Amino acid sequence: MFKRAPIAASIAAIIAVTAAAGSALAQAGDVNVYTYRETKLIQPLFDAFSKETGIKVNVISASSGLEQRIKTEGALSPADVLLTVDIGRLEDAIKAGISQPIVSPALDKVVAPQFRDPEGHWYAISMRARVIYASKDRVKQDAITYDELADPKWKGKICIRSGQHMYNNALIAAYIAKHGEAKAETWLRGVKANLAQKPAGGDRETARDVAAGKCDLGIGNTYYWALMMNNPEQKAWAEATKVVLPTFDGGGTHVNVSGVMLAKHAPNKINAMKLIEWLAGEQAQHIYADTNFEYPLRAGIAINPIIASYGALKPDSLPLAKIADNKKAAAALVDKVGFDN
Amino acid sequence: MRNPDDGSASRGAVASFSATRLTSIVVALAAAALVAAPLLSLMRMALIGDADLWPHLAAHVLPVAAAQTAMLLSGIALVTVIVGIFPAWLVTTFQFPGRDSLQWLLPLPLAIPTYIAAYIYADLLDSAGPVQGALRAVLGLRTGDYWFPPIRSLGGAIFIFGAVLYPYVYLAARALFQTQAGAFSDAARVLGARPWRVFYDISLPLARPAIAVGVALALLEALNDIGASEYLGVQTLTLSIFTTWLNRGSLPGAAQISLAMLLLVAALIALERYGRRRQTGRSALHDGRLARRIELHGRTGWLAMAVCLAPALLGFFVPAGFLLREAMSRAVSGGFDLELLRHTLNTISLAAVATLAVLAIGIAAALPLRFVRMPVLLGCLAVASMGYAIPGTVLALGLLSPMVAIDEAINAMMRSFGGAQVGLLLAGSSAALVVAYTVRFASMSIGFVQAGLATLPHDLDHAARLAGAGPLRILRDLHLPLLRPALAAAALLVFVDCLKELPMTLLMRPLNLETLSTSIYQHATRGSFEEGALAALLIVAAGIFPVVLLIRLADAAETRRPSKGHRGRPGWRRRGRWYSPTAPLS
Repeated sequence: MFKRAPIAASIAAIIAVTAAAGSALAQAGDVNVYTYRETKLIQPLFDAFSKETGIKVNVISASSGLEQRIKTEGALSPADVLLTVDIGRLEDAIKAGISQPIVSPALDKVVAPQFRDPEGHWYAISMRARVIYASKDRVKQDAITYDELADPKWKGKICIRSGQHMYNNALIAAYIAKHGEAKAETWLRGVKANLAQKPAGGDRETARDVAAGKCDLGIGNTYYWALMMNNPEQKAWAEATKVVLPTFDGGGTHVNVSGVMLAKHAPNKINAMKLIEWLAGEQAQHIYADTNFEYPLRAGIAINPIIASYGALKPDSLPLAKIADNKKAAAALVDKVGFDN
Repeated sequence: MRNPDDGSASRGAVASFSATRLTSIVVALAAAALVAAPLLSLMRMALIGDADLWPHLAAHVLPVAAAQTAMLLSGIALVTVIVGIFPAWLVTTFQFPGRDSLQWLLPLPLAIPTYIAAYIYADLLDSAGPVQGALRAVLGLRTGDYWFPPIRSLGGAIFIFGAVLYPYVYLAARALFQTQAGAFSDAARVLGARPWRVFYDISLPLARPAIAVGVALALLEALNDIGASEYLGVQTLTLSIFTTWLNRGSLPGAAQISLAMLLLVAALIALERYGRRRQTGRSALHDGRLARRIELHGRTGWLAMAVCLAPALLGFFVPAGFLLREAMSRAVSGGFDLELLRHTLNTISLAAVATLAVLAIGIAAALPLRFVRMPVLLGCLAVASMGYAIPGTVLALGLLSPMVAIDEAINAMMRSFGGAQVGLLLAGSSAALVVAYTVRFASMSIGFVQAGLATLPHDLDHAARLAGAGPLRILRDLHLPLLRPALAAAALLVFVDCLKELPMTLLMRPLNLETLSTSIYQHATRGSFEEGALAALLIVAAGIFPVVLLIRLADAAETRRPSKGHRGRPGWRRRGRWYSPTAPLS
């Protein structure tokens, strides 16, 4: 199997791949997007953008490390736009120095001030809330506060994914920001004591566990429930539960955003700005609402009926940046109370 | 070991071997530098930060993570040893129903990525899954009324890792039972020992080194995992690296833990090398003949079949069957996504190119020691083997800056010649992935080349030199042909590992490039990995072929009668290197 012909063929393959790699490098006139949002979710958006503007969108999607990649690539980085979820990540990216302010009066008109960085380093383009999937059969309450999750009456009844996952990290950070670390610790210990099982899996598994009767309350994001409703195999899990929009004591529901940033060394800045503004435009916001089941951030775009069926969302008034400020404290608290152990 | 420079060769050869000395050092240093670059950049990351986080880590994170990791690894070691050895012994010692198919079905779990197995088993065995559902229906129970082992747990993780990683031990043990131990077993049997006694007193002790190698590989794979353990809720050290980086906001801290973990991995690699230490020379006792297999009849035969079938079933057929069912139901409703064809092509060509590069680095790092015994070369070898020891994403972060530095130099050069910027030629292209895979999997091919070389006596080199062959000629006409089986085995394992690789591919791939594993990942992060079933199946399909080839190659070699068609073959040709398919050496 190591005769000459295969070796020649292999060398040809190397050359071919290298050549292909060369041609894959960004072309001028495109826009290059680094994203934490999955390709499948955002490809419809990019396709629509390309169709409308003729600008090709090149994509890299990953789960972590993109800020570090852009930072290391430095001045040569092909990145124009960074799309990410979670306010903590947006603020981390600013700290990493990989962004530049977006200057766009058009965006300022449609994105409310609480959903953008004061200096314009990020703009939120969609929103989700962290809510409760409650068993329809076993939970009578229609309103539950986040504080109540620590109430011993739910002992052995709560399912949740890892406390170190960014969705939970942000929720805990918000609690710290609102009530201080000491109270947050008592609360988190209480929640921990109520868990039916060790934190694991994802939000869909949480819903599945509630449906299966392992627990009565599950913590999950708003769009997962809608996605499950639209999946024939998972519809039963959603249908066994009702979505309750919990609130902080004297506050609203914990929300987080997905946002967009302009890379510091963006080689295609003009196209990048077009894409960023387009993402806040009507067509894109409709896609966010009806395909991704998120809350659109542009005023006047209808929320998807499934999401609307949860009831009227009252986002908590805490500035998002405060959540990011308490990210590390939340991670440390999760460690301290051994939430995931 | 004799020094090749000891003057036994002619004067001309001595001169040429001094040049060899220099070349050897340069080549080995180059191989080591490739792996050292990301390690150094990790060290730099680790040094930038202070140790502020350590009191917190030491109090709240590391004790649990270390304990969980230790339990996970010991559990996996136990499971892979038991599940790997017994079937290997059965298929090599006995003839029983299904034995001929089972012996090559048993390694197939290698083609199943661990995190996919985790998703599938969680789906099947959780309370909402079909197994518990059926139990409830049959027994008339309700959730909460009964106890069922939780799959998302440490125990579940050990089960899943064990089910897909045991083939490393199986392959190692099988090759050894089949050949080296075979000769002794024959003798013992002639003297009247029962099979069980032969196994316990002869086969097992002889196979122990090979088994250590297999276990070390399985544990290194497990240690690199992040997807499966996170999903199953096991707080491993690897997971703590990620939470330290992403949540505790300390990349230096993460780099510090990674480097500390290197020690653990160094211990595993030492275990592997220790296991291999005694392999040299042992094989001399083997005459190349296979022991005759004992027929098992009736109930014992069926029992043997069941023992061999169970691991293949749990490690391969259940997950593959699950994927097949999901893929088919999706194909019926949604048709075939042509994009997948492109992803498959990307995956296979990347894996193929990387495999060649990995072989090259294996040869470059291990072969110089054959010509020159110098401590510096041993050091190079050790460094070049360390890529396997760093979790993929962290290694990727470490690789980025040296690659970008090279790109910056290229761009600066282009500018100075008045040319245009060429951008990130290396870090921004598929070349980055090839480099990443090479750094990561180098230790595999180094190990194989080393073990292969160990079975070739130095007399052979001396004879060649006396006959006037220069080092290049010895390399080309003697070592490389004789190493073919070792290289083939390494190539196949590395190829399968590249097909499955996720974390580095995810972070380092160029714009618009998707592989099969990244495309599965897209679905998995949305919580519906089933939609990636077809892509997963394609990985399995691409992985099965080399695995079957590996076994077939081994069989072709083992069933060959040594007396036929090997005219005047000198006595150095050894069989029974645990890893080796011992292909015809023509």
